[in-house]
Amino acid sequence: MLKFFENLDRRWIFLMMLLAVAIPILCQWRFPETPTPLVRDTFHAVDDLPEGSDILLAWDYDPASEGELGPMATAFARHCCEKKHKMYFIALWPVGPQLIDDTINRVIKSDFPHLVEGEDYCNLGFKPGNEGVIKVIVTDLRQLYTTDHRGTNIDKIPMCRDKRSVRDFDLIVEVSAGYAGLKEWVQYAATPYPEDVKIIGGCTGVTAPQLYPYIPEQLPGLLGAIKGAAEYEKLVLDKYGGEEEGKYQEGLRRMGPQLVAHLLMIALIVAGNVIFFAGRRREKQR
Amino acid sequence: MKRETLVWTVLLAVAGAYLLWRTASFGGATVYVRSVDGLQTTATAWEGMAGIARPSISRTVGVWMAAIFTLCIMSFAYKDNPFYKFAEAVVVGVSAAYWMVVGFWTTLIPNLFGKLFPTWINAWAIPDLSSVHDDNWFFYFIPLVLGVMLLWRLAPKGAWIARWPLAFIIGTTAGIRLVGYIHADFLSQIRNSIKSVAVLQAGAEPTSAAAVLAGLDPWQSAKNLLLIAGVLACLVYFFFSVEHKGLAGKVSKVGIWYLMITFGAAFGYTVMGRIALLAFRLEFLFDDWLWLLDPRGSRPPDWTGWW
Repeated sequence: MLKFFENLDRRWIFLMMLLAVAIPILCQWRFPETPTPLVRDTFHAVDDLPEGSDILLAWDYDPASEGELGPMATAFARHCCEKKHKMYFIALWPVGPQLIDDTINRVIKSDFPHLVEGEDYCNLGFKPGNEGVIKVIVTDLRQLYTTDHRGTNIDKIPMCRDKRSVRDFDLIVEVSAGYAGLKEWVQYAATPYPEDVKIIGGCTGVTAPQLYPYIPEQLPGLLGAIKGAAEYEKLVLDKYGGEEEGKYQEGLRRMGPQLVAHLLMIALIVAGNVIFFAGRRREKQR
Repeated sequence: MKRETLVWTVLLAVAGAYLLWRTASFGGATVYVRSVDGLQTTATAWEGMAGIARPSISRTVGVWMAAIFTLCIMSFAYKDNPFYKFAEAVVVGVSAAYWMVVGFWTTLIPNLFGKLFPTWINAWAIPDLSSVHDDNWFFYFIPLVLGVMLLWRLAPKGAWIARWPLAFIIGTTAGIRLVGYIHADFLSQIRNSIKSVAVLQAGAEPTSAAAVLAGLDPWQSAKNLLLIAGVLACLVYFFFSVEHKGLAGKVSKVGIWYLMITFGAAFGYTVMGRIALLAFRLEFLFDDWLWLLDPRGSRPPDWTGWW
């Protein structure tokens, strides 16, 4: 028996993990979420601003991390719409503009059709240069952003006319999959200008441990991976409703498979250790 | 025929027949679109039934391609195979071409040629871009020359010329990142680590030792103490000028514990991230492609299910 487990083909583990994720999705299992203080701080950073505040939303991720970051991007955008904030979307990742368009179509155009492009929201598109872009726009936005993503001159966009730099925004909301992302925004915008620039954001699970040291002085709010997204969705749903809309509960839905898969993972780690030590004891006995 | 090949052929044939039957019966994976401000946006099947939206052939083909490519990539978990290799090659090729096109239209045109030849770019490429020169516009010849020098490495002779712009890139990047790290990660982190180990509750006054003890916020104080102890222990662990024996050895062992807990937390986060990605792809396959479930309520209930 021990020999069988010691030489178990790893593909059986893959199959078990597939089933652990697939079955809760198919059965649509949901579990209650209790928001943590950090997620509450993130929520209040958006919610406590007066209506009509200027929010810069930086969508620095790609389809590869859509599963983790898409739900929090949708939740942030919806929250800004509910609060009637003005939304300026930008991206440091080349597929960012498409993901911004996706957010605009899914949230703004379908549920807030009264919002006008150029007056209530705008997509300024992608700029290459990673932290170089942040370094420039933190003092002079127009040096890089001369047009929006469709080529419309920035001076012809009413909501952009008085915007000279990143410091003119009330809040920066950054959804980050890695480099360039939240870390660079903290390094080149929030740290040098602590009085003028306030940043909150969400990130992938892989990058979250690198960002925790910045909390709370340099980064007052952070959503860590899908768990953070689910908690944020819960807060937005509790305050603004929308339980019937499935697209605003993607994070909450994905916590079902998370729970089962994590239980399987813990069981596998325990089983692996038991098998390892049992095998070592048997070797010693020989 | 090998037994493994036979099993896979039968499985694929059964799956293919099921897909064909479902598509013929329900029109599975059909994507509906409607026109908003002259642009096509994704709509629900309900809107399609109401006549507000229409089926989109191109987007439906897109869903099928996304599903097939997802399965091709996932097949690597079984073993390396030609389907995986094909999908991998397509991703690499499409990404390279995409980067090139995006780089051309978002950097070269507006940020370089638009500055050097604004009238021409305004007339030919971006009508809303300013058609007059900025002040000091001639400085933009410097990046143009550096760019040409960088491309020189493709020429049969004089590849060394490309080293100059590369040196410029490395120098400026190193400078920018050095300043960023020193400010945000070194100095600010030192400042953030200086915490009081005796945090008083709101309203408490430190008038005497007894008053401090009475007004102490135990949780916040313990948190700060843990943080400071962790920073010091980890610093001792990475301090190699003293042999890790005696007190230094014991403190460095505490540092190892802190590091192990950090790595464990990072691994836990990574697992959570990967499972979220798998859940996302499976949701796509079950919902958008196969119509086995409908969490967003975008279709009539009798269109969703296994049969």
